[in-house]
Amino acid sequence: MSDTRTVDFWVAGTEEPQFTPTDEGSQEILAEETGRRLDEQLGRVVEDDYIFNDEAPEEERMILNMGPQHPSTHGVLRLQLELEGEIVRRCKPIIGYLHTGMEKTAETLSYLQGPTNVTRMDYLSPFHNELAFSLAVERLLDIEVPPRAQAIRVLMTELNRVSSHLVALATNGMDIGSISMMIYGFRDREMILEFFEKTTGLRMNHNYIRPGGVAVDLPPGWKDDIARILEDIPKKVRDYHDLLTNNPIWQARTKGVGVITREEALAYGITGPALRATGVAWDIRKAFPYSGIEQYEFDVVTGENGDVFDRYLIRVREIEESLKIVEQVTDSMPKGDYKVDDAKIVPPPRGRIDESMEALIHHFKLYTEGFRVPAGETYVAVESPRGELGCYLVSDGGARPYRMHTRAPSFYNLQGLPIAMADSIVADTIATIASFDPVMGDVDR
Amino acid sequence: MIAALEPVAERFPEVVWEDSHGQRVARVPNAQWYDFAAAVKEAGFELLSDITAVDWYRSRAERFEVVANLTSISIPARLRIITTAGGENPTVASLVPLWPGANFPEREVYDMFGISFDGHPDMTRILMPDDWEGHPLRKDFGVGSVPVQFKSSPKAV
Repeated sequence: MSDTRTVDFWVAGTEEPQFTPTDEGSQEILAEETGRRLDEQLGRVVEDDYIFNDEAPEEERMILNMGPQHPSTHGVLRLQLELEGEIVRRCKPIIGYLHTGMEKTAETLSYLQGPTNVTRMDYLSPFHNELAFSLAVERLLDIEVPPRAQAIRVLMTELNRVSSHLVALATNGMDIGSISMMIYGFRDREMILEFFEKTTGLRMNHNYIRPGGVAVDLPPGWKDDIARILEDIPKKVRDYHDLLTNNPIWQARTKGVGVITREEALAYGITGPALRATGVAWDIRKAFPYSGIEQYEFDVVTGENGDVFDRYLIRVREIEESLKIVEQVTDSMPKGDYKVDDAKIVPPPRGRIDESMEALIHHFKLYTEGFRVPAGETYVAVESPRGELGCYLVSDGGARPYRMHTRAPSFYNLQGLPIAMADSIVADTIATIASFDPVMGDVDR
Repeated sequence: MIAALEPVAERFPEVVWEDSHGQRVARVPNAQWYDFAAAVKEAGFELLSDITAVDWYRSRAERFEVVANLTSISIPARLRIITTAGGENPTVASLVPLWPGANFPEREVYDMFGISFDGHPDMTRILMPDDWEGHPLRKDFGVGSVPVQFKSSPKAV
């Protein structure tokens, strides 16, 4: 047996194998080739051959229709892309495929039925929709909900922000090719949805935050559930940092992609993580606090570059900040009522109906006509996971809203897509859409 | 009154200032809508939060109200500006030259209420189909319903 032979794999600790390199398959280097051409062939210089500097003539441009059934458009978003080879020169979002006339429906529902309607708008953050509507009704009624109801509202909305951001990270990962992130995001979100189900009865579309307080008190043993969430999610967040934040492929795919500047974001009404990624520390929770959220300590996370990576990182950091709020709320949960003590607004407990004539009348009146709200108009905004979610409510003194309008953050953020996508390549449009995290139920309403 | 708005109030004496549940509201004549918005933007309200409309069918002389919610990030403060529009073809000046982000919401108002915005670059329907007749959020537009057929009903086809 000879001493040198070809070994396909090498087991550590054994003798190092001897490789004999061959020139099979290599290119012959011609003598007349220039140094630059040589560098390109050897891979020292990489030049993008798809960026054209010259404007192509009109007939060389192609209109490509992307969506509404494209898997990466997060529902039924349709984009008309004007392509020049591989480059998106112009883009026009076309929406309305999920329009169900919820603002018209709201005019036919009483104020007690209202949250059932609005909770279905932004289906990834239903609590924020309910909260904006309830706060608007309460401001017109001029009532203040008890401290426990406020704390429960903050607890639920902040947990909802975590679950919504987890979906955003999951879909963002999936669209760029990190399938593991998709699985992890949806898996970890389930932990929070289980708590929602235990408290409200439903995983989504809860109808839990209502004018006058919340529907029911927190379930027995809720502190243990929260403690488990507070223990598990930060561990998972560290996994995300290992998986994506420090991953060179992820960085190459997201850094410098889909950039919007501070001026553009303000001009187009873009709010939420997309605005904060440009460096503007704007958060409704700090500027116009609601539900006593000013008692809790948290930071507003901002980015620098306004690109896909910054928007991703802000979401991860906001999960951590929201968990900080959840922890503080859990430790300082006040005792007392979870809804206002006003029989004209809040239905009586089931037990009272059997023994009190007055409770029966109140129950009947509330579930047939509903309560009346003094005439007036107001606009209340909360910080949803996607940005400023506002509710403009007009009452004419009746038992139903005269006009209910929702300022949908995704609707405004979508206007930033054409700017973020201009002169980028088609593959980056996917990453850009995902980073804005549009929810089409919120856009079309 | 927010201090930054005092010079604006002096410049536009026709504008009526109100307080609605602790929020500043300015009622602006239709003709001054654009100029007033430009002055307010100059005064520091750099973010256009929302544009919507209300239909006061048969209860007011001027049928429509167009409502814009403005936000100042630097102060921070909010201001709601409201104008009216009526007649056969209700028209309001478009705010797109000031805030490009007014594009979608103004198209939505046009789609839902039939209010035109003068100077808007693309005054088309946005949520409803292009061939839709009528404007759904007007009060004289019916809610509509889809008949439900039950199995046990003798009339079921």
